[in-house]
Amino acid sequence: MAPHTEQLTRPAVQLRGLTRSFEGRTVLDGIDLDLPAGQLTALLGHSGSGKSTLLRAIAGLDHGVTGSGQLSAPERVSVVFQDSRLLPWRRVLANVLLGLDGKDAERRGREALEEVGLKGRERAWPGELSGGEAQRAALARSLVREPELLLADEPFGALDALTRIRMHGLLRELWERHRPSVLLVTHDVDEAIVLADRVLVLDQGRIGLDLTIDRAHPRSYRDPLLGEYRERLLAALGVTEDHR
Amino acid sequence: MTTHTTTTTHTTAAAPLAPVEEARQVRRRRRLAPGRRLPTTRLIGPAVVLALWVVASAAGLLDPSAIPAPWTVLETGSRLWDAGTLPDDILTSLQRAATGFAIGLTGGILLALASGLTRTGEALIDGTVNLNRAIPTLGLIPLFILWLGIGETFKIAIIAIVVYIPIYLNTHAALSGIDSRFVELAEVQDLSKVQFIRQVVIPGALPGFFVGLRLGVTGSWLGLVVLEQINATSGLGYMMFQAQNYGQTDVILVGLVVYGVFGLLSDSAVRIIERRVLSWRRTLSS
Repeated sequence: MAPHTEQLTRPAVQLRGLTRSFEGRTVLDGIDLDLPAGQLTALLGHSGSGKSTLLRAIAGLDHGVTGSGQLSAPERVSVVFQDSRLLPWRRVLANVLLGLDGKDAERRGREALEEVGLKGRERAWPGELSGGEAQRAALARSLVREPELLLADEPFGALDALTRIRMHGLLRELWERHRPSVLLVTHDVDEAIVLADRVLVLDQGRIGLDLTIDRAHPRSYRDPLLGEYRERLLAALGVTEDHR
Repeated sequence: MTTHTTTTTHTTAAAPLAPVEEARQVRRRRRLAPGRRLPTTRLIGPAVVLALWVVASAAGLLDPSAIPAPWTVLETGSRLWDAGTLPDDILTSLQRAATGFAIGLTGGILLALASGLTRTGEALIDGTVNLNRAIPTLGLIPLFILWLGIGETFKIAIIAIVVYIPIYLNTHAALSGIDSRFVELAEVQDLSKVQFIRQVVIPGALPGFFVGLRLGVTGSWLGLVVLEQINATSGLGYMMFQAQNYGQTDVILVGLVVYGVFGLLSDSAVRIIERRVLSWRRTLSS
């Protein structure tokens, strides 16, 4: 483990003039961005605004996409997808351990499952889990690798509202314990405000708004002071009073 | 005890709130799915056919030279068994089917892996196998006899071809149809190529492989029947062919029953293995 101070001096992710295009359509248009180490950042945007493209670029998953620019990211990167993406033919613990080897891998896997509240479900098949449980297992799978950077692509988008609120608490708790840098892609303004220390709005391939949310945690969804942030973010997303 | 009391209080308290007339308005939907499956229902159909056969024979409705009675078939069967010809013929047929099946299975799997996992393999193999598939395999018999002689080799070769094609097709389709989301996951988890193939591709392709396997098993028996009736000097098909010359319908029926029993047994065996290997799937369907 690198000492905390060293982590804080250097940004975890550095983008310079990052450009990506699909079939002549520019999706990311020269993005400059630093994500400080250990920060929880949310990335908002309409569907099709390029937020997933940005996340996939940082994750190194954009094979065959044309683009230019500079990008630096840490060595250990984990990704949580919108679907839990558990392999249906592996039991939950085996899914968490996917790609991990070493003597104490199994112990770490069990610990990670315990952390996300799935102790006792190690031998369950993914098909037996509820949507929330499956997403917890996916979180455990990404945490067990002790990532320096956690990329989450609308991780709670497919969950029901109640489960989503519970997962928000879990994510925040896990982040506070492990302190990875997190980039959370979402289209849910409230989710971004409640969870993140910094919210970026992606608009037409550029960072349209970069907002630091300077409020103590845990935050309440009903905190009136958060309403101001909500207004600014909605305005940046092009949602005004007449639209609502 | 406590649960019991709470339930009673609950019903008495709720009764005035929900009148009976209102409860009756809830209409139960018509059930569209067939009901629960009973354990041995599959055997009912064959049992009815057998019963009809017994009754019709006993009543003298069937011409015994065209369709002998079930007990005649049984008698003939045990007579041939005691004489030692039936066990010999069964053994010969089983050996042919098993050897051809084993070769076809190995070939199908190896070709599917080579073609499903590498682009070079796909370019070389996939089109060739599909060309092979377009030629009716039984149409190759005359050519194979000229090449390999009329002995065992050509029979086994034909059975192997009949078996490898469905195994190849289904396994290859399953291998190349692997969910791209799982490929992405494997990349994110930094799996090596070997780990990816062993932990993601192959387990994901197993359901498709088993479809091919079941078709292949049935295919091996189908191929055998035809081969042994055309060009054989031993085996079940040969026994039936000889019986045709002497008008022994009971012997022909003995042969058919044996083929049927072995076909059913081998298919059941594959299904049992499938259910064990793919046990993770049961949780989805139940």
